[in-house]
Amino acid sequence: MLDVLNISMPMLFGQLTLGLINGAFYALLSLGLAVIFGLLNVVNFVHGTQYMLGALFAWMLLHYLGIPYWGALLLAPVGVGLVGAVIEVTLLRRLYSVDHLYGMLLTFGLVLIIEGFFRWLYGASGMPYSNPLPGGTNLGFMFAPNYRLWVVVFSVAVCFGVWYLIERTKLGSYLRAAIERPDLVQAFGINVPRMITLTYAFGAALAGLAGVLAAPIYQVNPLMGSNLIIVVFAVVVIGGMGSIMGAIVTGFGLGIIEGLTKMIYSEASNTIIFVIMAIVLLIKPAGLFGSQK
Amino acid sequence: MRIIITALAATLAAATSASAQSPGISGDVVKIGVLNDRSSFQSDLAGVGSEVAARIAAAEVGNKVLGKPVEIIAADMQNKPDVATSIARSWFDTDGVDMIADNQLSSAALAVQELAKQRGKITISVSSATTRLNGDSCSPTGFKWSYDTHSAAAATASAVVKQGGKDWFFLTSDYTFGHTLEEQTSKVVVDLGGRVLGAARHPMGSSDFGSYLLTAQASGAKIIGLANGGTDTINSVKQGREFGLTAGGDVSFAGLAMFITDIHGIGLEAAQGMLLSTSFYWDRDEKSREFAKKFAAEMGRMPTMVHAGVYSGVRHYLRAVEAAGTDDGPTVAAKMKELPVDDLTIQGARIPQNGRVFHDMYLVRVKKPEESTGPWDYYDVIATIPAKDAFLSFEESGCKL
Repeated sequence: MLDVLNISMPMLFGQLTLGLINGAFYALLSLGLAVIFGLLNVVNFVHGTQYMLGALFAWMLLHYLGIPYWGALLLAPVGVGLVGAVIEVTLLRRLYSVDHLYGMLLTFGLVLIIEGFFRWLYGASGMPYSNPLPGGTNLGFMFAPNYRLWVVVFSVAVCFGVWYLIERTKLGSYLRAAIERPDLVQAFGINVPRMITLTYAFGAALAGLAGVLAAPIYQVNPLMGSNLIIVVFAVVVIGGMGSIMGAIVTGFGLGIIEGLTKMIYSEASNTIIFVIMAIVLLIKPAGLFGSQK
Repeated sequence: MRIIITALAATLAAATSASAQSPGISGDVVKIGVLNDRSSFQSDLAGVGSEVAARIAAAEVGNKVLGKPVEIIAADMQNKPDVATSIARSWFDTDGVDMIADNQLSSAALAVQELAKQRGKITISVSSATTRLNGDSCSPTGFKWSYDTHSAAAATASAVVKQGGKDWFFLTSDYTFGHTLEEQTSKVVVDLGGRVLGAARHPMGSSDFGSYLLTAQASGAKIIGLANGGTDTINSVKQGREFGLTAGGDVSFAGLAMFITDIHGIGLEAAQGMLLSTSFYWDRDEKSREFAKKFAAEMGRMPTMVHAGVYSGVRHYLRAVEAAGTDDGPTVAAKMKELPVDDLTIQGARIPQNGRVFHDMYLVRVKKPEESTGPWDYYDVIATIPAKDAFLSFEESGCKL
């Protein structure tokens, strides 16, 4: 089979590893989206823009304040989280009582405004951001850049941490309870609106974190989020809207499938994810890990 | 009754003679429309900068030709052919636009040039790169300034092959522009005794190029030809560095359609040593610096070859209107082909019948970070590529005019 396609084993391993690395980005991004959708029922279209803001903040921190990558890894997501909190308190909060569509329209409008602003400010070609971990490791079958290995390890840790926080801790259980029965949880003396603000900010911060991770690899550019957000939505839909484990597993899985497609027939690499999405929706409309409500 | 008829005839005669005497400027204004992408990912290399460049050209003639004002308008075609043609149509049919400059995106540019041909109006395409504009789809009123897919292929590839880069692999954007570029470059490489070992065709706007770079590496190629554009090119180079392809000097990238704004975006650290061809570099001579200074005063950055091309095209158009005594499209177009192109960016170039301006191109190498004195000091001009080597001649172009 592999001989027919003219693919060598080292090549295959290389592409699988790369797919895993790209999958790490998908997982991290779709994780934030799944948290926000799962807990708040908001289709957060502005997620890609929050990812862009993470990368942009990292660049700004370096460019204006001289704070290097490792500092930005902490500060930029906090910054994006704050922006998220402001969006939630001033705008999004007013829309919880109405149809989902309004939240989607609002966040889509925010995308246009924020992207437009930064494009006006910095132009569309983007800014350089140098690699904090240059060099690479020879894995035998491929040259793996050190930075990408770091991205995989770090993303897996973050994904697992978030899953654990929401599904296995007391805080997570309050959160899930507050979403199901806000009135009841409020009666126990828990500040539900604040909890929701923090959840949204947390989801946004996850996107920002992915943005910082992306800055040394991809071009830091005001439009970088819009290229990715559609794929990430597909990942969330395939995984099951709101399912945290679904987002993580699907993110990594699709990264690998996309990587293999790039090797076998690169023209289809963008399309394959949507083909899978269509098939999953036909067979299991709630997504692979989703539950019918 | 007779009196009325006589009066009418007299008025008519007066009107006719008046229009014959005064210079024929339609609508009493020379209206130039700058049509390009001002909002999406191609907006830095052309965008608002092209409008500024057109204004610089108009200011050089005091914003007046034949005693009539020159007006410059601009619109955003959002990198979409349908938007471009509908703007062009309304500009020609209702707004009295005499000439469209820049005319971005090959597919859109071909449609707009065809529309202009039907309306007897002029197009000066700059950022669109397909040679078809002056080949099988040429128009008597269609002009092309700056680089095209042939110059990108022929000039860069032949220079690289002559330097010993014989084994090529292409990263190709999966649409007309990328395919044409790959095809034309491959032909040059093979003609000069080089080999093409493969190509990865990726969708436009991909963010990860790791897989393609790995394939390129496995092919054993020494030169990776970038038949893509904008952010795709930037990401290819950046990630090539990351994957250690270019760090050891083993493999080099050849940028086929790159602009100084791309280099600015990549940073010298990752882009150093790349070979590119360009029709303009701001720091090449006294005149180019003078144009760049005017441009930077408005834009706060240096002009790309597209900006220089729009400036030169508009300047030449205005000179031809002045010489022809009219803004009638076909007449001005004929005059443009008669006069030499002469301004701050191009000196003494000629335009053959197909409208492809024959100017020199330059082969440049991207500086190392330590060689650069600051932002925009990016290139060493290492060779001048004579126009006859850079562009298809009228006979070769396939244009039937």
